[in-house]
Amino acid sequence: MADEVVLLDFWPSPFGMRIRITLAEKGIKYEYKEEDLRNKSPLLLQSNPVHKKIPVLIHNGKPICESLIAVQYIEDVWSNRNPLLPSDPYHRAQARFWADYVDKKVYDLGRKIWTSKGEEQEAAKKEFVEALKLLEEQLGDKTYFGGDNFGFVDIALVPFYTWFKAYETFGNFNIESECPKFIAWVKRCLQKESVSKSLPDPHKVYEFVVEIRKRIGIE
Amino acid sequence: MTDIKLHGFWYSPVTLRVKWTLKLKGIPYENIEEDRYNKSAQLLQYNPVYKRTPVLVHDGKPLCESMIIVEYIDEIWPQNPLLPTHSYHKALARFWVKYADDTFSAVLSLVSSSNGEEQEKAIEKIWEHLKVVEDQCFGDGKNVFGGDTINIVDIAFGPLITLLLVLEDVLGVKILDDEKFPHLHSWYNNFKDVPVIKENLPDQDKMVAFITVFREKLIASS
Repeated sequence: MADEVVLLDFWPSPFGMRIRITLAEKGIKYEYKEEDLRNKSPLLLQSNPVHKKIPVLIHNGKPICESLIAVQYIEDVWSNRNPLLPSDPYHRAQARFWADYVDKKVYDLGRKIWTSKGEEQEAAKKEFVEALKLLEEQLGDKTYFGGDNFGFVDIALVPFYTWFKAYETFGNFNIESECPKFIAWVKRCLQKESVSKSLPDPHKVYEFVVEIRKRIGIE
Repeated sequence: MTDIKLHGFWYSPVTLRVKWTLKLKGIPYENIEEDRYNKSAQLLQYNPVYKRTPVLVHDGKPLCESMIIVEYIDEIWPQNPLLPTHSYHKALARFWVKYADDTFSAVLSLVSSSNGEEQEKAIEKIWEHLKVVEDQCFGDGKNVFGGDTINIVDIAFGPLITLLLVLEDVLGVKILDDEKFPHLHSWYNNFKDVPVIKENLPDQDKMVAFITVFREKLIASS
């Protein structure tokens, strides 16, 4: 029986991008379903009754929610192709730690940057740059966070690059000048087809953020 | 000879997750009690990112974040396994572990609530989360929690309920109502009687005293 893989997603979601990249890395064919978040499909509500959020990976009818959990699931099931997590348990724990750090910091701080102003925004920008610098330190001289091979932490982090133009414009700062090593790593990742084909154009994401800001009343 | 040290706080639910895991698997370790108001230089060196417990140090190598530590222990010491082997069940278990962490944030808001309004808000949030668990995790064919043997979801949620029951005493308010949450209630009653858990539960009176003082300090400093 052929595997049936469906991804319920929303094109600007960095969490959805993580799963797109993983499926591409593993060469898995799947059906992409774009959700309208203001009119969620019955399939989405049924597949993720707890959070009612995308992304949801559906494998042979069974839903897996939470992007990093879905990435690990794909890694587990399609373990013979392109391993994304280290084989050593200690390094695996480290990879999980840093992916979790990305989850705890990057999205929320980025969001604060484009939704707030004044002191609150300045504080968010400072913390955001600190987080990227800490990640740069982690990367060190390696090609990827995974070492020579693109892996779990790279997948967790690189999608947020598509939101940088939005952060930079609304935050009035330049990320490359603060964190050049970080951007150099992004560029290396973008050379991989699994990444470049899974990420939307940052300009389009920026336009989307402009729309949302209008919609939620931030001027 | 493997050397394992656990840096933690006796009263901390997240330290308890790791402690229970080590005890369940019969893994000998050295317990290093940290002082939250005077953290050791070693702890700060082992966990420079968050500067908090628990930290497990295995043959000199530090690991941080309770559930990452628990999965690591489970991988290296497979006896009394906590994570299901089946990929889909593993993903489900991890989903509920994450949900336990979300619930924990809500419980922490209650710990630090300084007035009636904050307290009510925090309790509402906790109830919302508990209701989801009550409705989604039990029932026909649902064995998210371990069932006959303890699993990772039991480990993730157990200490939260322990803390919640302490808060009930501290604040004089019923939260884990057995009429509202019959399955959770019944699950926890069974869970806390499992010998390894029973022997490693922090003393309720000691906890109530500690949390009372802790809250006073927190509220005074805010």
